[in-house]
Amino acid sequence: MSWTRNVLRVDLSKGSCTSEPLNMEWAKLYLGQRGLASKYLSEEVDPKCDPLGPENKFIMTTGPLTGTMASTSGRYSCVTKGPLTGAIACSNSGGYFGAELKNAGWDMIIFEGKSDKPVYLLLQDDKAELRDATHLWGKTAWETDDIIHATHQEPQMRIATIGRTAENGCLYAAVINDKHRAAGRSGVGTVMASKNLKAVAVRGTQGIGNVEDANAFMQATNDGKAVLAENAVTGQGLPAFGTQVLMNVINGIGGLPARNMRDVGFEGAEHISAEAMAEPRASDGKPNLTTNAACFGCTIACGRISTVDPTHFSVKDKPQYQGASGGLEYEAAWALGADTGVDDLDALTYVNFLCNEDGMDPITYGATVAAAMEMFEDGNITTEHTGGIELTFGNAEAFVAITEQFCQGGTFAEDLGLGSKRLTEKYGRPELSMTVKGQEFPAYDPRGIQGIGLNYATSNRGACHLRGYTIASEVLGIPVKTELNDTDGKPELVKAFQDATALVDSSGLCIFTTFAWGMDNIAPQIDAACEGDWSVENCLEVGERVWNMERLFNEAAGFTADDDKLPKRLLEEAIKDGPTKGQVNRLGEMLPKYYEVRGWTADGKIPEETRKRLSL
Amino acid sequence: MQKSLHIDPGKCTGCLQCEMACSYEHTGTFNPSRSYIKVFTFHHEGRFAPYTCTQCDEAWCMRACPVDAISVDMATGAKVVSDDKCVGCKVCTIACPFGTINYSQATGKVVKCDLCGGDPQCAAACPTSAITYVDADWTGYDRMMASAAKSLPSAEATA
Repeated sequence: MSWTRNVLRVDLSKGSCTSEPLNMEWAKLYLGQRGLASKYLSEEVDPKCDPLGPENKFIMTTGPLTGTMASTSGRYSCVTKGPLTGAIACSNSGGYFGAELKNAGWDMIIFEGKSDKPVYLLLQDDKAELRDATHLWGKTAWETDDIIHATHQEPQMRIATIGRTAENGCLYAAVINDKHRAAGRSGVGTVMASKNLKAVAVRGTQGIGNVEDANAFMQATNDGKAVLAENAVTGQGLPAFGTQVLMNVINGIGGLPARNMRDVGFEGAEHISAEAMAEPRASDGKPNLTTNAACFGCTIACGRISTVDPTHFSVKDKPQYQGASGGLEYEAAWALGADTGVDDLDALTYVNFLCNEDGMDPITYGATVAAAMEMFEDGNITTEHTGGIELTFGNAEAFVAITEQFCQGGTFAEDLGLGSKRLTEKYGRPELSMTVKGQEFPAYDPRGIQGIGLNYATSNRGACHLRGYTIASEVLGIPVKTELNDTDGKPELVKAFQDATALVDSSGLCIFTTFAWGMDNIAPQIDAACEGDWSVENCLEVGERVWNMERLFNEAAGFTADDDKLPKRLLEEAIKDGPTKGQVNRLGEMLPKYYEVRGWTADGKIPEETRKRLSL
Repeated sequence: MQKSLHIDPGKCTGCLQCEMACSYEHTGTFNPSRSYIKVFTFHHEGRFAPYTCTQCDEAWCMRACPVDAISVDMATGAKVVSDDKCVGCKVCTIACPFGTINYSQATGKVVKCDLCGGDPQCAAACPTSAITYVDADWTGYDRMMASAAKSLPSAEATA
């Protein structure tokens, strides 16, 4: 089992909370979390609906392994139709919220309709009620967390909330839980705001005790933990340096984009790297990195807890930002740093705090500011738009000022809140948006690394490394090394990573385990926990089924093969210097083969035969 | 030989594997709310601190109990609550200076660390050795060694 078999349905229009049994037929086909909630969304929501209208639904979902002793069991996901992309969105987060939700006795919460006034859901085990949140509207995620804790005098309560940017209509607002963990991508927080749902506060004391075979589960999870501990990446690299271990590595191989991907290679990379975070600073002798931290159940502990230099211009005279909080992960450090050309570690850490405090996806936010900077340098955007801020590449003071302005709201904040696709269209430079399906790229340049470009182009939620992290193979040699600039074999590689990731995201486990774990480490843990057949083969088929189901949702929403593409810059503007000089992404060599290995038609449609094979 | 739980908060990452292991041992469920060891997070300082009963020799809880529900496990030195005798009066929770004996609404009794009969599951589950189970005579010596190392920077102490 491991599922609680309970779904909480919250009708925000009526103000009602009702319990219903989990559809176990679907659970056997889609496992949980990303897969199962996407199935519910596909069945219950018209893919053509307005993502910010009451007919869209917002699902918070755990996996069968969430809250168990399996390593990295703290994951939950927010599933909805995304407002940034118009595609199916599934954003995954760690921290403690997901395990608390499971401990309260729920596999998922389905929010539907729209409340006529701001509310938050108070969920204490099986007791669910909507509370007035008028006093919380306009508060940051941090303030909201503090106020709800104080109201209920329950320090162990776990809270997921939106900040002010979601309320202000930013299309890439995140859901922030435990103050510094984020379901970050595709605007899932904006959907919460559109429903007048400010927060979800959970206290769970029921425990998870229904694993299918307890002895086999403890054995399988202990074996898994030993593999993580012995692996160089999960046992040493990630706890010591976090994902930021990649900054100098990716820059070194010629895969680090800079300045809105106008350049590849960032001269300031080492100043914003993991190594820099560990370096004691002059003012107080302390490093930026205060400690590493784990999410619930995680034996890797890659999380960064950082402190900004108290004498730094960004936090001077602002004591509330001088304490420790969630520090820079690699993707955020790249988007906020290399992509804007800013190499001031403390400024980036402060901006990262603001992303957590007011709930925006730092990847899309950084990349959108980067697009604005390029347009500012080209004269399309001026100080008249920015309120006097000189928004040039590399200007840390300007970046801090524009971010503070953004969090508070205002005319230019509304522009930046559109994301780079709509922003560049508005200012007449659509070619400067570095997006797929309207969502911004993360920190790996598809010109330098071919396979990741194919993954970005075909990702169901728009450009994202977390849909098929071929970097593991192409850069790190996990499980086998493939050449950066080869296109041969990449379609097969991308499919394998995408399907395996879909399975992991449906289980309650963290994708970072796959630096060390293969499916033969993961399947036995699921199999021991859950009834039914969870062999390696079946797990991979479930992953493939989930991927195809998401694709079908997008197809019904109006997406076609024409949306599986990369910006011209990445296909035509060759890298100017460095180890990958002269390269462009050769998507055209990979995409037809990708469709073929997926069993799709030449125009990217899923034929009857493939649907039948996957029980779709 | 008596052994003690030894906690080094500096090594704790806040993963709560200890809380799950404790609750699994005592209730058969993964349920941090039923754990006898608690990890506290001090967010603004970036610190985590696991905390549980240190098994005092002259145990305040044991002395305060009006119905003699708390006894010494002679094999481990743990102070153990007898559910048959405990009446849930909570006087022990007032007597304990550390707050490490607690009332449980789920059972109507007080609960505390019993060292799992000599094989504490929190220590077994801790991935960073923030919680270890050591010779009771060794408590504090690791800190003494760290201080000694500081007083003589070039020395590599072994003990």
